Amino acid sequence: MKKTFAIILTAVIFIWYGIERGEVPIILKKAVNICLECIGLG
Amino acid sequence: MLRMYRLRLIIQLISCGLMNPRVGNFLTGKIYRGDLKNFCTPGLNCYSCPAAIFVCPIGALQAVGGAANFKFSFYVAGFLLLVGVFLGRAICGFMCPFGLFQELLYKIPVPKLKLWRPLIYVKYFVLIIFVLILPATLTNYAGTGAPFFCEYVCPAGTLEAGLPLILTHAEFRNILGELFTLKVSILILTITGSLTVYRFFCRVLCPLGAIYGLLNRYSIYSLKFDEKLCTNCGRCSKICKMNVAPNSQKISAECIYCGECEKVCPSGAIKINFGGKN
Repeated sequence: MKKTFAIILTAVIFIWYGIERGEVPIILKKAVNICLECIGLG
Repeated sequence: MLRMYRLRLIIQLISCGLMNPRVGNFLTGKIYRGDLKNFCTPGLNCYSCPAAIFVCPIGALQAVGGAANFKFSFYVAGFLLLVGVFLGRAICGFMCPFGLFQELLYKIPVPKLKLWRPLIYVKYFVLIIFVLILPATLTNYAGTGAPFFCEYVCPAGTLEAGLPLILTHAEFRNILGELFTLKVSILILTITGSLTVYRFFCRVLCPLGAIYGLLNRYSIYSLKFDEKLCTNCGRCSKICKMNVAPNSQKISAECIYCGECEKVCPSGAIKINFGGKN
């Protein structure tokens, strides 16, 4: 149970840190445009 | 106590619908561009799928990993850790649209094969190399890397996004080339594999399954095996389509908590629920 709790705590810290350093706008910018690589056009 | 696996197909269909509600976009060829695409979906679901409203976590990992100023996504990693520690590979078993697609293919009555066990380790190679290392290291002059898994491997992207968008965008049809041929070949391989081997892609190639599988041993939703009640009849191992031995003290990274073993156990030695642990 201690390991599970440690993973939850790590996850929350990771999410917070990722948001703080500006990762979310990168994801959004990629996701709102058709990903030509994903559909096999490169 | 309500056993989640009794509702598994219903939960799978509802999950698929919640992740892909914009079905009308298949006709228009548009994709959703709203704020929900700030958030990841727990299953493998291409964000270029016209119906999708959330972001594929594997695509998002590569998007940030391939960005010029980041090499790893803490946001996505944190999300995967959080959902994985609660549900483990129950996400694969209950919430993944591409997993559902493979299960439906497997129901088609063709001869079935047993998967050669060493192939289950290929997905860890796919995760480390195609999802984590290559986007961060093979970069262009601007310092950005391509989403190597999405671009060269992912059959979910081809099925959910590639084929529908090519049907609705003539300009895409004009520039089809070798890469599209490769992606379609992998999709055909996945479909053929899924007809004969239960959840072929999940077991051999899925990097998301690899991540959740590593979290299975820590997940709150889990399988509890009571050795004292077990009669060693072997029914659980025989019925398991993921080739897991549920009557083992170690929780397998391949178990998707489908519940078939719990259903078939004559002595109640197997329980799958929240807080279940060997």
